[in-house]
Amino acid sequence: MDYVRDFFTNLAHSWTIWLSTWLPPWATNLINYVIIGLVLVMMPVIATLTLTWMERKVVGRIQNRIGPNRVGPWGVFQALADAVKMLIKEDIIPSGADKPVFNLAPILIFFAAALLWAVIPFGPKQVAADLNVAVLYVIAVGSITTISVLMAGFSSDNKYALVGAFRSVAQLLSYEIPMVLSIAAVTLLVGSMRMGTIVEAQTIPFALVLPATFIVYMLSAIAETGRSPFDLLEAESEIVAGFFIEYSGLKFGWFYIAEYGNTLAIAAIAATLFLGGWRGPWVSEVPVLGPLYFALKTVAIVFVIMWIRGTWPRFRIDQMLGLAWKVLVPASLVNLLWLAVVLKLPVPMLLQWVLALGGNLAVLVGALTLLGRSAKRDSARQVLTVRSQPSESA
Amino acid sequence: MLSQYGFIAVFAVIAIGLPVIGLSVSWLLRPKKPNPAKNATYECGMETIGDTWVQFKAQYYLYALIFVVFDVEAVFIFPWAVAYHQLGLYALVEMILFVAILVGGLLYAWRKGALEWQ
Repeated sequence: MDYVRDFFTNLAHSWTIWLSTWLPPWATNLINYVIIGLVLVMMPVIATLTLTWMERKVVGRIQNRIGPNRVGPWGVFQALADAVKMLIKEDIIPSGADKPVFNLAPILIFFAAALLWAVIPFGPKQVAADLNVAVLYVIAVGSITTISVLMAGFSSDNKYALVGAFRSVAQLLSYEIPMVLSIAAVTLLVGSMRMGTIVEAQTIPFALVLPATFIVYMLSAIAETGRSPFDLLEAESEIVAGFFIEYSGLKFGWFYIAEYGNTLAIAAIAATLFLGGWRGPWVSEVPVLGPLYFALKTVAIVFVIMWIRGTWPRFRIDQMLGLAWKVLVPASLVNLLWLAVVLKLPVPMLLQWVLALGGNLAVLVGALTLLGRSAKRDSARQVLTVRSQPSESA
Repeated sequence: MLSQYGFIAVFAVIAIGLPVIGLSVSWLLRPKKPNPAKNATYECGMETIGDTWVQFKAQYYLYALIFVVFDVEAVFIFPWAVAYHQLGLYALVEMILFVAILVGGLLYAWRKGALEWQ
């Protein structure tokens, strides 16, 4: 029973002991690394197989449909059928494409999506690489996506792809700043960039201490993965598919897998940084519950992301960049500085957190009021211009 | 510490390897029948006109410039945030001054209309 209580740690422990009885330490380490690596590298693939099904079901229900229900029970094997289709589809390379870059882009984007998983803690001490700069690592690896998107768009020799690549680079760059600043606020509160330390510091989930920062992080993370309502980089109705328009077969598949892998990864990072990761009731007695709590929190965030997709229309590019630079960046800067001020006040920690919460709520209310006002002004201006134009139909 | 970066090195090799293996398997399975019409640039059935490398909006460049400024700021904020609990009050004052200068830059760009999409 004790073995099951901390199943994953004990399993890893006895496996390592068994290996080291007949192998030198370096070989034991290497074999362990390869096994953990093989498990983690499948995360984006698993994310695609499960999240595509979940997304079709969720969005289907939101749109008053039932979603896939033909392949397997409740359509759960739909994603597998799609995977087989992608694997055996013909690969079309446009004659004007820059072939080496064109072929490298899908590999690189998957590389970035997979590498994020190395620092995500699944449970107490269950993290593949507990880096002391984990947060910075996430940001650094996340920006490889930008490069591969630009590579794909630029090498395709297609105007839609080029427009998509430019849009996506503008979007990914703009939303990286609020994301970095909101992660910096968490780092400031904890005083560490190590994921494990951040989780352990969350006696109260940081989403309740820094709600505005959490919302800024979620918005910019959704924009970073290029999901609706920030899906200007693929915008089916405008530029067809954006930067990966010319890709087909499995090369398209890797872009698709990377997108869903990134979605799950940013949900996992949000759960780690803001919702207390693997923390939950009875985790200290029964550590095997940790991964379960972590998975539940991650799936809850993924569900919210899909809900947003089913609810909001797509932004225009000027609205989207305006939101990043005029609302999210100032709001997260104010949050960060207010948190810094609060942490230097000579009061107990709990009161500091309450003050941080107050400042966050003030920023949230202020930002929403300003947004509402500017939206009203914009719509008033639009009504005016429509009225002042002479009617052509008459 | 070193072993953790060792893991990331091994993991990076695996993460490159999986898509390469996947693409090789797909290369074995898929049909290969290219023809000039199939390989033409896709543009909703129209023949594409002119060069792909068209002149592009300079607006993107302005956003990139502002981004560089703020990204460099982020590089300074992270070490500050990690060490903040050990630092005195001057750390707070310095960061407020530093951010104030940057926000000045952002306000300047805002007033100049660099953030307006024309």
